[in-house]
Parts: sequence; structure tokens; C-alpha cells
Amino acid sequence: MTNTSYRAPASMVRQTAEDAQELKPRSEVPAAELMREIGAVLRMSEAEAAQLGEIPADPDEDQTMIINMGPQHPSTHGVLRLMLELQGETVLRCKPIIGYLHTGMEKTGEQLTYFQGGTNVTRMDYLSPFFNELAFSLATEELLGIADDIPERAVWIRMLLSELNRMSSHLLFLATNGMDLGAVSMMIYGWREREEVLRFFQKVTGLRMNHNFVRPGGVAADLPPGWRDDVLRLLDLIPPRLEEYDTLMTGQPIWRERLQGVGVITPTEAMALGATGPVLRSTGISWDIRRGMPYMRYADVDFDVIVGSYGDAFDRYAIRLNEVRESMRIVRQVLDRMPPGDYRIQDKKVTPPPRARIDESMEALIHHFKLFTEGFKVPEGEIYIAVESPRGELGCYISSDGSARPYRIHVRAPSFANIQCLPHMMRGGLVADAVAIISSVDPVLGDVDR
Amino acid sequence: MGAIEDIRGEGLAGMTHNVITGRIEELVKWARSRSSWPANFGLACCAIEMMGAGGAHYDIARFGMEVFRASPRQADIMIVAGRVSQKMAPVLRQVYDQMMEPKWVISMGVCASTGGMFNNYALVQGVDQVVPVDVYAPGCPPTPETLLHAIETLHQAIEDGELMRRRGNGQGADIHVTEIPPSGQPVPVLLGSK
Amino acid sequence: MSDAEDIERADAGPDELYGCPMAQRRGQVVIHPTRDTYIDTVKALADDGYTMCVDVTAVDYLAFGGRSLPAGVQAERFEVVVNLLDIEAGRRIRLRVQVPGEEPTLPTLFDVHPGTEAMEREAYDMFGIVFSGHPDLTRILMPEDWEGYPLRKDYEIGTIPVQFKGAHS
Repeated sequence: MTNTSYRAPASMVRQTAEDAQELKPRSEVPAAELMREIGAVLRMSEAEAAQLGEIPADPDEDQTMIINMGPQHPSTHGVLRLMLELQGETVLRCKPIIGYLHTGMEKTGEQLTYFQGGTNVTRMDYLSPFFNELAFSLATEELLGIADDIPERAVWIRMLLSELNRMSSHLLFLATNGMDLGAVSMMIYGWREREEVLRFFQKVTGLRMNHNFVRPGGVAADLPPGWRDDVLRLLDLIPPRLEEYDTLMTGQPIWRERLQGVGVITPTEAMALGATGPVLRSTGISWDIRRGMPYMRYADVDFDVIVGSYGDAFDRYAIRLNEVRESMRIVRQVLDRMPPGDYRIQDKKVTPPPRARIDESMEALIHHFKLFTEGFKVPEGEIYIAVESPRGELGCYISSDGSARPYRIHVRAPSFANIQCLPHMMRGGLVADAVAIISSVDPVLGDVDR
Repeated sequence: MGAIEDIRGEGLAGMTHNVITGRIEELVKWARSRSSWPANFGLACCAIEMMGAGGAHYDIARFGMEVFRASPRQADIMIVAGRVSQKMAPVLRQVYDQMMEPKWVISMGVCASTGGMFNNYALVQGVDQVVPVDVYAPGCPPTPETLLHAIETLHQAIEDGELMRRRGNGQGADIHVTEIPPSGQPVPVLLGSK
Repeated sequence: MSDAEDIERADAGPDELYGCPMAQRRGQVVIHPTRDTYIDTVKALADDGYTMCVDVTAVDYLAFGGRSLPAGVQAERFEVVVNLLDIEAGRRIRLRVQVPGEEPTLPTLFDVHPGTEAMEREAYDMFGIVFSGHPDLTRILMPEDWEGYPLRKDYEIGTIPVQFKGAHS
């Protein structure tokens, strides 16, 4: 309530410049303001860090030390190396060093035909191989111009396998997250469920991992008879087990103490760093490519996007646990709606003929031979297609020069960007929390290093 | 006295046996094969299948191997599971050197055995260029059953005493390619010098 | 349908977007800023809602000089491709900047999008493109003392010939 007749003495009125409070346009917000604290990332080359190994005879009380965690470490989820600058038990700065699994897959991809490309790409994010193949196949189909002609059944089979793969990847996350935090029996439980899903994959694709099943044009083979019973068995088996995990972990005080408030990241930071997937959703931003820019038939199925509010490790754990439930919901809908039809496009340029026909028709034999030796030619152009993998946005950028081999294939790896969040999550925390934080980000080093 | 000097010199393999020491040697080999602890060296997709072998369904605990030792000092077998890149090769050798004798290496998967489908600049074409390998397990990735078969083969070989004597200075399969000539020229690759 | 035909039929939309030549392909918008207008374009896009930089990568067009580009774009050896995402509206845009092979430098996007730090390091490691102003431009995937830029087209893939026991060559 203002009293307009009162005028304060001039000496007591502070002149403030109110326009400095307004929100600046995004182009004028530099990196230093987007990040909560500038000093979280340790920018030092490995050679310099090695020289620091000399401990002085009389170290100061508040001397910081740089220690090395990994690359061979039981809890770094693969060959991730972290240089941590510690003061006592507190982590000040951190530098993730990657490249210990660099396989030159993008260079190998230039030597393989589009038909063989799936075998290469599927080994990048080896916990969610269907998503790698899916991004690659969708990108190739767009370049070929057959993206709209993929038969319905093929699309729904792809959706079924993708969601089951999301489930198996998140079950592995629950297992490793539990083990890293000390709930060692969780490792056995998570694997128990994962084995069931992998058994279904083996029945459908022939392999437990790295399937090369989703190919440009559709899928490699039709679902085997009796698949509905297998999926229903999975859908009956897993929900009560998830309840068990809720009892073992979610409601448990030790779990909560260890994860709540640990590894917090703010929404601005997450977006500035390019984080996607559960890491971004844990901060409150509800971005899921399946909902925001739907591909395949995700616009026709009913599911919720799980969003957290605190941006901490507990939110990421809870999001993934509930995403298993959402995936089961989608799988149930796919079960009901699976249409009959072809499992791959009938375009002779792209799809090999059925094996039986090779004995009868010369033309079929020649097509088969050409497709498997030379491969099909893809028109010139470049394209970028992204899918929502269990870790975030998995994109495939292909630049084609009109030949049968990609001129340049680049995969946008979700874990590559998510790992950049690690220094900001770890700053100010304890070393013991470093393990919990890495585990909650759930990186896959095959994806990061390619 | 003679027996003790023999043991000091060459380990159990150097002994000339009588009835009692022969029995003891067999006991030692049996114990070694039945409780060999693996060192944690999972790198890529094969590591997932190795963890699957440790899970409840395939269960390597029945072979005495469920304790994956984080510290190489406490481990007997190093299962190299996954592709070894140029940056990782020195780390691999360092971990292998830290293990105490007797130690064995299983190369799991085709990427570890020969470089696999990635015949390029980034991978070491076969982990036996870096460490001596005792058993190779093929597959991409090998199913846990294949890994169990490899482990069983190794255990049998330990028990039969074929692996008591260490190879010379641990050179591996003796494939040494020091430079890659421009394409078109054949490179003589010697597959082992035995 | 090839890129060339798509560009000819671009009467469906504007020829220029944000002051740069533009091409549309299957619903994907691609603009071609020059090295000088690159940062300003990204900033303008950031103001317009494209707040997330999803990917920064590069392509070496040494072996494919004949690619089709919109009129007014000078083809160079390297191209840096930037993917931006607008979360509010659910749309993407792609930028392709031509970078000459003799002098492969480009200003860094780190100040506008800090998440490009690791991606630009990868482009440097694999192609040798130097991003001026980058806080820590060192190799990220290859060992720090590696020589050569692996994804360039004049870098051999490094296959070793495989000989099978018992094979008669």
C-alpha cells in the first residue's frame, strides 16, 4: 500500500537501473551465465596433469589434488576416465576423458554398403541396438524416398522391438545403478528380467544383442508364430518385479539419502549443454521426441512422458523406472493393433527377394547377388533423423554421393552430450557421490566414442 | 633339499616328482582351476554378455568365478571383453602386468581376438599383440554359453597342467605389424612363430 | 529425388532465411551461412527459439566436389554441419558452413551453446578444423599425440590384410 503523499528524502532513494533486470535475448547470454558456476570443468591436458604428480615435501593444508578414476574401474560404466580435482573428499573440478573405446565406426561406415551399415551402427550404443539401426534405417529410407511406403506391419514391428529394447536398457540401468550404490542383489534381479526380454529378441531376430534386424526397407524377417504369447508372458512377468524394486529401492531410506539432492542440474544448464533424454526430463523440461516430433506411429499410441522436478539422481532413477511401465503400456497397444501385411517394402531395388524364389527365377538370383555384393545406390543428398533412445536423442546424419556406400555417416550420440553434464553435477559433492552421479547419467561408452 | 631348490627355480613344473609331491601338484592345479577369479576388464558389448554370464541364469558362480575382482592384484584370469582401441592398449598391458602369477587371459569376442569387423586405424587387431592369450572365444558378442565353454576349456587346461609353464617373455602370438605400407602392397603377417 | 531438383522447386518457400541461402528437403530446412555470418546467424536463431544445439559435425568433401548447393554458395573442402532444435515449437534447422581446406578455421559456438565444447573437439580431432576461441581444443577420441586427422578422405582407413592359415594366395 503506497502513501503517495510521502516523499522520501533524496539521499535515501537509491537510483537503480531497472533495465538491467530484464531478461536478455538468448543471443546475448554467454556461456558463463548459462552455467551455474564457471569453475566446474577441469581444462587441463593429460600431459600437464601427469606433471602435477610430484607431491611437494610440505603440502599446504588446503592443497587440492588431481586424481584419476578409470579407465579400468568397476563403476565407470565402461572405459570412462575422470580426472577429479579434490580438496579432501569434495570434488571441485572434473574432466571426463574419453576415447578409450574409439572404434572408428564412422570411417568403417564409409566402407560398408547401406545394407551392411546396420551391422556397424548397431554396435555403437550396444545397450539399445535397435535404436541405432532404426535411426540409420530411417535416414536411409528418407534419402531413398521410400519413407512413406514402408508397410504398416514393418513400422509396428519396429515400434514393438524399440519399446522392448527401451525396457531391457532401463532394466540394465536399474541393475547397474543398484550395484554401484551397494544394492548388489539388484544386479541379479535386473539381469533376471533382462534375460527374459533378450530371450524374446533371440526368438525374433536370432541374436541376443547387436541384432542387425531393422534394415532400410523394413525389418529382416517376420515375427515368429507364437510371439503374442511370449510378449504377454513378459507383460505379466515384469510389473510385479517392478513393485519389488519399488520396495527394495524407491521407498527405502538409504536409497533416498544417497540419491536425493545428488548430482543436481538446472534446466538452463541441461539445455545449454545439449543433454537430452532422462537427464533433461529430470530437470522438468518435458521434451521427448516421441511426443514432440513423433516418428513412426507414436502419435497414434497413448503414453505419458515422465518428467522430474529436482534434476537430481533420484529423479533420473524414478523416470527410468516409470518409463519401463510406459513402454509396457505401449507394447500392450502394439499387441492389439499389429496389422497383418508385409514386413518389408516390396521394392526390388532395396529388398532382396525371398530365398525360395532364387531357385526359380534368374532375375531374382541376379537381384540377390547385386544387393548383397554391390548394394543399392542411394540418391545424392544429406539428411538428419533423430529418434528417442533410452539415453536421449540419437540422431543419424548421412551425406550421400549417389553411390552404394554412405559418403559420410555421423551418429549424434546422446551419451556424448550427457557426459558433458558430469562436471557440473559433481561440483561440490563428495567423491562417493561421483559414482552415483555417473551411474544416474547412464552413459554407454560405445556411443560416446564410436 | 633338491626338491625345494627345484621349486624355487622353476615353480611346480620344475619338480621331479615322487608320489607325494605329484599328488600335491595335482591338488594345487585342481584348486587353481576351481577357484580362479576374473579381473574386471569389460570394455564394450562383450562386457554386457560377460555380466549376463555372471547373472542368475548362466551363473558362473558354479565355476567359482562370480567374484570379479576390481583390483588386478587379486585376480587370476583377465577376460578381455570388447574392442581394444589404441588409447586403451597401454592400459590393458598395465593391468595385465599388475596381475600376479599364475595368470591367464581369455580373449572374449572377435574384436578382442582379431579386431573383429573393425579392421581399421582405431583398434588393436587382436589383443594378443599386447598380452599373451590362452583361450579365444569367438562371437559377436559370444553368448554367455560360449564364454562358459571358453572358461571350462581354460579350467581343463589348467587342471591338465598344460599351462603351468609360462611362455618365454609373454610375447603373445607374435604378430607384429610395425608399419602399414600404402595399399596395394602385401604385408607379410606371420601367424605365430611356433 | 536429388538435392538439385528439390532446390529448383524451392518456390514453395523463401529462397533466403535469416539472410542465408536456404534449401528445403523433405521438410528439413537447411541454411548456408558463410564463415563471417555464422555466429550471428546462430545467435539470431537462438533468439528465435532454437535454444538447443544438438550436434556439430564436419564432412570432408575432397572426394565429392560435385555436390549440389544453392546459388551463391561457394563450395569448399570442409563443411561444418550444425543441428539446432527448438523445443517449444518442435522444429529443427540445419546449418552448413563451408570451410576451406587450406585454412580450416571457424569461430567457436561455445559462447552461445556451451554444449558444443566436446563436439567441436571431436571435429578438430577427426578433421583438423580449428575452432578459434574454443576453451580447450585438444584431441578427444584419439591419443593426444596422434598424428593425422582420421576422418579426412586422404587418411587411409588402416586395414591390415588378413591372411588365413592354409590359404593359398
